[in-house]
Amino acid sequence: MFTDDEILSRITDVVRDQLDDDDITLTQTTEANKIDGWDSLAHVRIMIAVEEEFGVRFQTSEITSLKNVGGLVALVRSKL
Amino acid sequence: MFVPWQMPWLPNAPEDFRARLKAARTLAEGPGAALAQLALHRLNSTQARTFARMLRDLISEGVSLAPLAPFRLAVLSSATFDTIEDALVAAGARHGVALDLRVAEYDQIIQTAFNPAANVFATKPDAVFVHFDHRWLALDRFSTDPAGTVDAALDQVSMVLRALSEAPGAQIIVSNVATPPGGLFGSIDRSVAGTQRAQIAAFNHGLHDLALAMGALILDVAGLAEQVGTATWFDPVMWNLYKLPIASDCAPLFADAVARMVGALRGKARKCLVLDCDNTLWGGVIGDDGMENILIGSGNPEGESFLAVQQLALDLKKRGIILAVCSKNFDETARQPFREHADMLLRESDIAVFQANWTDKPSNLEAIAATLEIGLDSLVFLDDNSAERAQVRVALPMVAVPELPADPAYYPLYLASAGYFEALAYSTEDSARVDSYIANAQRAEVKQQSRDLGDYLRALDMMLTTQPFDVQGRARISQLINKSNQFNLTTRRYSEAEVRTVEDEADTLTLQVRLKDKFSDFGMIGVVIARPHADDPDALDVDTWLMSCRVLGRRVEEAMLEAVVERARKAGKSRLYARYLPTPKNGMVRTLFDTLGLELISEEADGERRYRLDLTGYTAPDLPFSREQTAR
Repeated sequence: MFTDDEILSRITDVVRDQLDDDDITLTQTTEANKIDGWDSLAHVRIMIAVEEEFGVRFQTSEITSLKNVGGLVALVRSKL
Repeated sequence: MFVPWQMPWLPNAPEDFRARLKAARTLAEGPGAALAQLALHRLNSTQARTFARMLRDLISEGVSLAPLAPFRLAVLSSATFDTIEDALVAAGARHGVALDLRVAEYDQIIQTAFNPAANVFATKPDAVFVHFDHRWLALDRFSTDPAGTVDAALDQVSMVLRALSEAPGAQIIVSNVATPPGGLFGSIDRSVAGTQRAQIAAFNHGLHDLALAMGALILDVAGLAEQVGTATWFDPVMWNLYKLPIASDCAPLFADAVARMVGALRGKARKCLVLDCDNTLWGGVIGDDGMENILIGSGNPEGESFLAVQQLALDLKKRGIILAVCSKNFDETARQPFREHADMLLRESDIAVFQANWTDKPSNLEAIAATLEIGLDSLVFLDDNSAERAQVRVALPMVAVPELPADPAYYPLYLASAGYFEALAYSTEDSARVDSYIANAQRAEVKQQSRDLGDYLRALDMMLTTQPFDVQGRARISQLINKSNQFNLTTRRYSEAEVRTVEDEADTLTLQVRLKDKFSDFGMIGVVIARPHADDPDALDVDTWLMSCRVLGRRVEEAMLEAVVERARKAGKSRLYARYLPTPKNGMVRTLFDTLGLELISEEADGERRYRLDLTGYTAPDLPFSREQTAR
């Protein structure tokens, strides 16, 4: 029901809110450590906010095996 | 279904939440009231984060957030607290405080407690919240030496609390421990001492005694988790991934529970429950359906629902919450069930103020607050009608108005779970106080029959008791110190732990004042603390002077001065110094000391007024009290 672009756009909004930076741009290949402020604590909040945003739950291994934003988009899509 | 962690008593956040938050910054009257209003909604983690960020910025800019009371809270947690922080700041504003929150590093409880130079203590916190769970205390496994394990856990917590109490002034709040779901044997888990369930029960029991001895408050996390359901409360995925102590869904409720306690420390707990009648206290419309057809009482499922609402209201009244009625009805019609219906639990005599008329509800709520001489921010309004609720929220955002579901069977749960009436202590005096509000009506009749005020006051047969602080009075003394806003000369707030310290100061004059008359026992209504003056060895300096507004106009303030003078003279003092420190709420006592005959010696630019009284020249007026005194 959502395209990958729509999911990516909503994830981008979540990350902008959580990091308080409206200039952040995410692509499928963006990695967390390339974004200023996306440290381990911010990661917790972002994962929780993404779960909340889409009303989904991730499993332990799904979170630990995430490589980049594209992986997160695919993971969200698989849950919707 | 009632799902506590969703906090269904809170209305949803408005669509334009972000815009309203931004706009709050630019309001001429300051952002405080608008922020408090926005915090009354259910916020998701992003909204809470935006809110917390703005509040933090405003605090660091030094902007006044009144009516929110500033509160510095240090948090020491055994787990990741970051995801709870934002929700806690929002919940703080919901319960009347602007939280300046400092969180120690993850799992650094002991190191931080023993380091007075730690960052979290830099701002001299008003309270320290120590938060841990079973995993931090090795209560997460079966023990073959349960007594030893529980003792070790209590020792660890005791050590932390003792270290924290070295730095006096901060109220310590400590969490108890929730039992995780699952089990080892089955039903006998409760009775086999080595199971998690039994060990945690023993620990919580010991913690209760420990906290009592140390003047610490316990946040009942175990009770909260039990209401939510421990399988929902704990989330092993979140623990393993992030060391989050609880499921992220439950963070807002957990934060709300902490905030209720902090709000209560600042005197922000609500005092009065205002009840609508039709379809709130009974099913049906009394004016249309008549006495025979309204649904109330056993034998009918809907009638049972409303009976449960009345039972809760009555229980609240018994613990000291004032009840009032606000109904769109003719007065006689609305009163009839209270007077004549055999199945009603609530009677006219339970209701302190009865407002039944055709005026709008906000006006009637204002009238109720005015009659009771309490603030609108002390009211909770229960009404089944969503339009009335919305109207009150817009007109009087300081009144708490819970959302209600379609089925009245859930009304009591919604009301009881919202935490409006959080208390830090309970004494039987709290119950007596409600009766005194009700007796006001009877007193008004005596007043009409009396020829003048003196005549009236004498007819009340008032008995005044004055005595120094003691253990029995401590909880109520601390409650008055933290709740009194209007008749409070210095508005200095002291925690129960600090009051206990004052009790032990050898040369400090302390006074707790109680009043009763022939209609009711007001319990404790006045507090004075006076210390030796820093520069004048023959003088006392008043630190705290406050009185409950319920006993205004009875010359109690004069009797309090008389008692202070008498005791000061006995201590060999010849002068008394006092001051008035202005706040937005205590204008009524600006010239109290002038009225009492003290000499104004200076008035500062900030409005502070300083006074002196020569004790040798003081003569007590003729006052309408019989007196009881207890010397130290």
